[in-house]
Amino acid sequence: MAITATGLRKSYGDHVVLDGLDLRVPRGTVFALLGPNGAGKTTTVQILSTLITADRGRAEVAGHDVARDPHGVRRAIGVTGQFSAVDNLLTGEENLLLMADLAHLDRREGRRRVARLLDRFDLVDAAKKPASTYSGGMRRRLDLAMTLVGEPRLIFLDEPTTGLDPRSRHAMWQIIRGLVADGVTIFLTTQYLEEADQLADRIAVLNGGRLVAEGTAAELKRLIPGGHVRLRFADAHMLDLAAEALDGSSRDDADLTLDVPGDGGVHQLRALLDRLDDAAVEVQDLSVHTPDLDDVFFALTTERTAPR
Amino acid sequence: MSTLAIRDTTTMLRRNLRHMQRFPLMSIGTLGMPVLMLLLFVHVFGGSLGATLAGGASYVDYLAPGILVMTVGAGAAWTAVNLCTDMGEGIVARFRTMAISRYSVLTGQALSSVLNTVVSLALVIGVALLAGFRPTAGLTGWLAAAGLLVLLALAFTWLGIAFGLAAKTPAGANSSSLPLQFLPFVSSAFVPTDSMSSGLAWVAENQPFTPIIDTLRGLLIGTPIGDSGYWAVGWCLVITAVGHAWSRALFNRDPSR
Repeated sequence: MAITATGLRKSYGDHVVLDGLDLRVPRGTVFALLGPNGAGKTTTVQILSTLITADRGRAEVAGHDVARDPHGVRRAIGVTGQFSAVDNLLTGEENLLLMADLAHLDRREGRRRVARLLDRFDLVDAAKKPASTYSGGMRRRLDLAMTLVGEPRLIFLDEPTTGLDPRSRHAMWQIIRGLVADGVTIFLTTQYLEEADQLADRIAVLNGGRLVAEGTAAELKRLIPGGHVRLRFADAHMLDLAAEALDGSSRDDADLTLDVPGDGGVHQLRALLDRLDDAAVEVQDLSVHTPDLDDVFFALTTERTAPR
Repeated sequence: MSTLAIRDTTTMLRRNLRHMQRFPLMSIGTLGMPVLMLLLFVHVFGGSLGATLAGGASYVDYLAPGILVMTVGAGAAWTAVNLCTDMGEGIVARFRTMAISRYSVLTGQALSSVLNTVVSLALVIGVALLAGFRPTAGLTGWLAAAGLLVLLALAFTWLGIAFGLAAKTPAGANSSSLPLQFLPFVSSAFVPTDSMSSGLAWVAENQPFTPIIDTLRGLLIGTPIGDSGYWAVGWCLVITAVGHAWSRALFNRDPSR
């Protein structure tokens, strides 16, 4: 296991941020911690990366206890936070060389890695410019490049694409996939479901300081009511006829709609339309609903039990 | 200190020096106040204040050591603001999650601040010489004075670092270091303490600035030092120890965001 945590608790004053969090992240996998703002994602990263201490609970990161051996943890990890941790007064290259010095690399090896990272992160042209002049996407790339100077085997990425435009976001995803290919373990936090879906092997949904679900994207999608085809009718009479013809459907008299469970595939649709034809029912509107992580997310992170 | 600690501290020092080199105005800005005080007191108040000095000593000679101590105080305020600003940057959070010597961020800041203050002192001495300051000290006197100023710079720097860590905003850091810039007025810096009302004179005589300034004055222009030298060094060591311990304790708190 790259990370194991049991019963992590953290509160600031009366405000409970983490309320007994358990995590297990196997080596070489991408683990996404998904949750809305204020769910405790950043606090979790701060505790696991030894920036702050938990009030209660235990955590072992890369084989070292975060409370007893923070230095051992720090030797194994790299952290790229939500807010760019770059030195704005230094140039991109100086930032990377600073990291090489702090990683205690010898000068030649440091320069070699810095040159390679500048190239890999498309920062060669901007290398001699102060980081304060960088765009959001460039800063985030520099930030991650700085994390990689020490070649950590476990990387925390706290909302790596928050605030980035779509192009920069996709560039960042490509970079993260590259790291995964190198066998690096990644602990990712995000509020974007698509990001978790795209990158993560396992996803944990955090809400109000607790995990409310954990599994692969497919497993999570199975957690909530499945897909359905929604039919809308012009009047109540048509709705009655249709409800009679289609067993197992659920009707909504106010909206004049009928939900028929199913995957909404071509076969189901053809059979469905045939049956409606046979019953001489006029359908005004038809839409196919397949569950996605959004549904899971809203179902799990809101108080309501029936989100639709 | 282990080799790694020295290496990390050097790295941090180099980072701070690069900041200063890139934005020299930020560090030179601290010179404004002491130089202004020097010129104001010599040219505006100097005529009447100088008349009160025993033996017809020149007022600029009397004043210059106090101005040097004020320069060190201004350096501490700069340190506090600088460090507080730095702590707000994400890069310090990054340093905290790296396998480096934990306090190298602070020690690097302390060293660069002392260097900055030394450069400021050299410039202020230059201005004072232009304004008519004529020290009588020989080489030993200058060396001892320099040693005391560096010791004082170290003490005030650690205090400034603690202020910078304790403050939530750079503006707060600046105001908490105001006493360091205000206390010289209630010391022997501008006028001899025996010219003050008795209550104030007691404060002036028993606060750290007075023995430090008296010692410096003695070393540079040959006035009697008495036991001020021991008090001066003692105060510097105590302030260094307190500032250092306080800074470490503050740095070890959970950084709140």
